[in-house]
Amino acid sequence: MKVVVDMNKCQDHGQCVFSAPDVFQLDDTGRLAYVSEPDDALRDEVEEAADVCPLQAIRIEA
Amino acid sequence: MTATPHDSPGPGRVVVAGASMGGLRAAEQLRAAGWTGAITVVGDEPHMPYNRPPLSKDVLAGAAPFESLAFTPRASTADVEWRLGTSVTAARLAERVVVLDDGTELPFDGLVVATGMRPRRLRCAGPAGPGSGRHTVRTLADAQALRDELTRPGVRVVVVGAGFIGCEVAATAKGLGVADITVVDPEPLPMLRPLGELLARSLHRRHEERGVRFALGVGVARFEGEDRVTGVVLSDGSVLPADVVVESVGSIANTEWLDGNGLDLTDGVLTDEHLRVGGHLHVVAVGDVARFPNARYDGVPRRVEHWSIPTDTAKHAAKTLVAHLAGTQAKAEPFAPLPTFWSDQHEFRLQSFGAPALGTADVRVLDGDPEGDVLVGYHADDRLVGVVALGGRAATTGAARYRAQLLAQPALTS
Repeated sequence: MKVVVDMNKCQDHGQCVFSAPDVFQLDDTGRLAYVSEPDDALRDEVEEAADVCPLQAIRIEA
Repeated sequence: MTATPHDSPGPGRVVVAGASMGGLRAAEQLRAAGWTGAITVVGDEPHMPYNRPPLSKDVLAGAAPFESLAFTPRASTADVEWRLGTSVTAARLAERVVVLDDGTELPFDGLVVATGMRPRRLRCAGPAGPGSGRHTVRTLADAQALRDELTRPGVRVVVVGAGFIGCEVAATAKGLGVADITVVDPEPLPMLRPLGELLARSLHRRHEERGVRFALGVGVARFEGEDRVTGVVLSDGSVLPADVVVESVGSIANTEWLDGNGLDLTDGVLTDEHLRVGGHLHVVAVGDVARFPNARYDGVPRRVEHWSIPTDTAKHAAKTLVAHLAGTQAKAEPFAPLPTFWSDQHEFRLQSFGAPALGTADVRVLDGDPEGDVLVGYHADDRLVGVVALGGRAATTGAARYRAQLLAQPALTS
């Protein structure tokens, strides 16, 4: 599974971190860091993370 | 469109009334819950579902084109039928039929009520209608029309209603360079009811420091002007000169189409703890039109206009409906979402988890200082029921630390 976050849209709300903590994290300065090719077993939580992003900045590509 | 799916073999059809975020999430979650039958989504706006929070911020500021707002549909919804620019005007629930504004009768096996809200309008004397200078902010068309007027040089703006939308619009207008802007509200402080006095006072100060004026503790008596507004007459007799008025005075549920079905429609659509409507097993409601009991709190049915609610309700309601349509027993826990909302105003952000409005009588500073970055706890019966952070973006992530605590708490019993 390939995950792309539009960092021009991302405003560091961090809602994705609650849904998929294995894929998304906020670093010490509050900026988003993420795994761009997570295991397919994490699809449900990544889809949830994409749903709850206030800026709708998360895309799942295949 | 004349087929009667519930009399024909196969899984049949679910109609989703409303094509905003709640309607989209309902369609996605019906598929996720295993529904393989037809899905028809009916909505009155001409657009595919789009994200509304930027309307009062980035769209108004001219920083976000429509393409950036549209939700990216999931592959699982590729075969969903979208009937856009179309309203549902009536429903006969027992008969399993909805009526569209072109007279089409659309039969269904399951129905999702997702028709949302529309802005409440001020009903007082003065100019009204298109071209009058009076605006609301609910749709893309609303935001674009308001932006066209806010960017006129020297424009004088009055915002009626100091809730979230009103305060966001005021902040965005300031950012656009509007010099003359006043927010009017009958309450003594902005956002007082949802946030309580401590944060309301802090927000009031932050807005005033950035040049937003307030007329608080007063209402609107009437508008001055012939075809266009030239001023707003307040209940104390004072007059605010105005070229543009933004009305952000709450919203009204779009439920008229459900009249005649014996439902409780006093404030949205009353649902049970699984989001079913009026005892009908084949009808559920999602989004801010649903007035549902939250098992996490006191069980009192409430409508919730937070952005997270369409997604949360769609997940639960789709499972409820698909289990019924499939003839399997739904053994789900009662619906118990943890509410969350945010608001961006000027360069600061509010981030909330839980239900602060239930705990405004017992507000404690958990961290920081209301003059700067602050984290506030809301309590009921000495128990934390909500946290709100206010400040710079990094500071507001502090509220997240309390989210797990709020999630772990047992239900409030009252």
